[in-house]
Amino acid sequence: MIYLSIFVLIPLAAVVVKAFAQGPSTFFDAITNSVALNALGVTLGASLVVAAISAVMGTLVAWVLVRDRFPGQRFVNALIDLPFALPTIVAGLTLVALYGPDSPFGLSLAYTRAGVLLALMFVTLPFVVRSVQPVLIDLNPEAEECAASLGASNWTTFRRIVFPSIRQSIVSGAALSFARGVGEFGAIVLLAGKVQIASIVIFADIESDAPQAAASLSVVLLLISLIILVLLRVLGNRHAH
Amino acid sequence: MRIDILDVGKRFGDFVALADVSMEVAEGSLTALLGPSGSGKSTLLRIIAGLEAPDTGSVQLDGGDVTRARPQDRGIGFVFQHYAPFNHMSVRENVAFGLRIRKRPKAEIKAKVDELLALVGLTAWSGQRPAQLSGGQRQRMALARALAVDPRVLLLDEPFGALDANVRAELRLWLRRLHEEQQVTTVLVTHDQEEAMEVSDRIAVMHEGRIEQVGSPSEVYDKPVNDFVMGFLGPAVRLDGHLVRPHDLTISHQRNNGDIEAVITRIVHLGFEVRVEIELPDGSQARAQLTRAQAGELDLGTGDTVYVKAPATAREKAVA
Amino acid sequence: MRISTPARLSLRTVAVLYLAVLLLVPLGLVFYRTFQHGFSEAWGWMTTPAAISALSLTLLIAAIAVPLNTIFGIICAHVLVRGRVRGRAILDALIDLPFVVSPIIVGLALILVYGESGWFGNWFINHGIRIIYAPAGMVIATVFVSLPFVVREVAPVLREAGEEQEEAAATLGASWWQTFRRVTMPSIRWGVAYGVVLTSARALGEIGAVLVVSSNVAGSTLTLPLLVYQRDSQIGPEAVSGAYAAATELIVISLAVLLLMTLLGQRREQVR
Repeated sequence: MIYLSIFVLIPLAAVVVKAFAQGPSTFFDAITNSVALNALGVTLGASLVVAAISAVMGTLVAWVLVRDRFPGQRFVNALIDLPFALPTIVAGLTLVALYGPDSPFGLSLAYTRAGVLLALMFVTLPFVVRSVQPVLIDLNPEAEECAASLGASNWTTFRRIVFPSIRQSIVSGAALSFARGVGEFGAIVLLAGKVQIASIVIFADIESDAPQAAASLSVVLLLISLIILVLLRVLGNRHAH
Repeated sequence: MRIDILDVGKRFGDFVALADVSMEVAEGSLTALLGPSGSGKSTLLRIIAGLEAPDTGSVQLDGGDVTRARPQDRGIGFVFQHYAPFNHMSVRENVAFGLRIRKRPKAEIKAKVDELLALVGLTAWSGQRPAQLSGGQRQRMALARALAVDPRVLLLDEPFGALDANVRAELRLWLRRLHEEQQVTTVLVTHDQEEAMEVSDRIAVMHEGRIEQVGSPSEVYDKPVNDFVMGFLGPAVRLDGHLVRPHDLTISHQRNNGDIEAVITRIVHLGFEVRVEIELPDGSQARAQLTRAQAGELDLGTGDTVYVKAPATAREKAVA
Repeated sequence: MRISTPARLSLRTVAVLYLAVLLLVPLGLVFYRTFQHGFSEAWGWMTTPAAISALSLTLLIAAIAVPLNTIFGIICAHVLVRGRVRGRAILDALIDLPFVVSPIIVGLALILVYGESGWFGNWFINHGIRIIYAPAGMVIATVFVSLPFVVREVAPVLREAGEEQEEAAATLGASWWQTFRRVTMPSIRWGVAYGVVLTSARALGEIGAVLVVSSNVAGSTLTLPLLVYQRDSQIGPEAVSGAYAAATELIVISLAVLLLMTLLGQRREQVR
């Protein structure tokens, strides 16, 4: 407990204190100026979009990994964990390489919102996949067989039998993706250019010696993170019953 | 080693697991703690072992107070319902564990382990992992492991509960023989009254955190102090306000003094025994148990009106 | 469900293509760019004094942070699973904080606490201990971000193993330490190993928090990820090559980590 405090709790408390150090009105000014609001909007928007894309694509990938058999499948399965193992800055660099001005494919997405989306998709890939996979594995095939025997098409079976069972895990994975996206820094910092991302704005504030502004924006992000944490817990508990 | 339990009480939150329980376990005896789930028998055993601490009361081993002593310091051996094998060690290493902890010399450990493995019949399996053994073998390993440290008391928590019926029967006999050989004070927790009666010298019948009766198997079966003990130790039917054992009922075609009239609703042939289900005048159901010979003599048929009598001793018992 | 072959093939193709484009192609490109001008030039970039000290600092920080978090993780898992203290649920929730807090915020927080005008800053500076803009701060930042992994991997394993083996060991006379060493550790070792690998990956790759608390001086406070950042931010194509080279080093380490994760992950499943 003490360990936790030293390393985690006290520093975070300091951020909150600093944000309000000069009074609540300064806090609100700091977070409602155009730069801050823009950054928050872009960040939240991008994270939401990425969470949605990840939810769909992640489920698809999980499905293929669980229900299909093909050579090299184990390699593909291991690959999913790559974003966990790779430093985020390297992820950012690889994406700059591919989509930046020197791109071999003539793309130039680096300093645009699309680039940011791609970076976030990279780092959040494993969350939905790894969340859905175990649930898919544990699914009882009898329910689907029963549906088929009663005349349901594959799509209907998926929609009415499989999907409700995995819906919970998709949401958890998507929530984690969202939380990760909101806070991501390393993968984006090389790509963002003029795109305003909350974490980069905070960084700029720190570098330009405006700790109060940085702290204020941080508090907003922390609040969002906490809400996600609580949401995940509630979801998890309900599922446990 | 003698065990004395004095006014032990234990609660888990609002649940009273044990309420001022006292009993004595004689040196060298095999005592069963018998009762349904929730009766507190496992809790009591674990308190004797030191795996739980009582809220009130004390535990003494050979007169010495051990209430706050750690399990390590009590000189006990404990066998768990699900064997608690050290899965990553071989059978031999499992059995040797207690001796290696005590840093006994290697030769001594080897000799003792060999002896115990032979005793439990697992010599051929000494190099295997517990996962490769059957349930019965795992339990025998657990017993050998517990015996390796020469415990003064052997405590068994529903040791055969997780095993198949025939393995259970086999191990019960085996345990009794082992006890007669080793003469270690043993306390056995079980919910199976047949097991308790077959194996133990004395039975403590427990119910909702209290000890209802302590006695030899025949005492608790034939002279139960209340309805609960009677009902738990064996089949019981209610006749004329008393509980009676089905096989203590006599059936005849002639009415005698004190007999109760009943109508036979069903006759079930169970091989050697015959169960005669009857309906009493007040509408309640009962049954009598006869041997095949007795039933044959009486020539009973469904729908017959007969007269049943409970033995004198039953009628003398107080109503619960 | 029986899916028709064309449907199954198209699903498979979409999935594999998605993964390839998102993951493999960019990585492959970095490798290509690194060695584009020949192996020796790439090697040159990897062996500059700055690069070598960056690598050793990265490894050093990890070598401190990982064992700390491992010990904490095992103890914490014990408290969460076996403990009878109140407030376990809160502890459980707090453990997850490093997962959701942006690393930049972590860096800011540390400056506010240990920096010159920070809460405890003066105490440390007066005792000659530099935390911010020094390796010590980077270690603290790394500990924060990689905190939860061992706990989260060990707790479920501990829960599944159950208390009985440990109780059995106690009845056989084993002290607390003997029980832990001989009975508990062997049953949780794969969970610990997997957790250590995840912790190491996170520690080695940390950029956001350390960027804030580091002074970015090569030789003393520059880690390998920071080197990538620094080189990429510099002007000129050569600097970019340097960034790619450093990135390749990190990729190689990551692939080794990924391999370990895969192998240990399988071991973990087997034991279950």
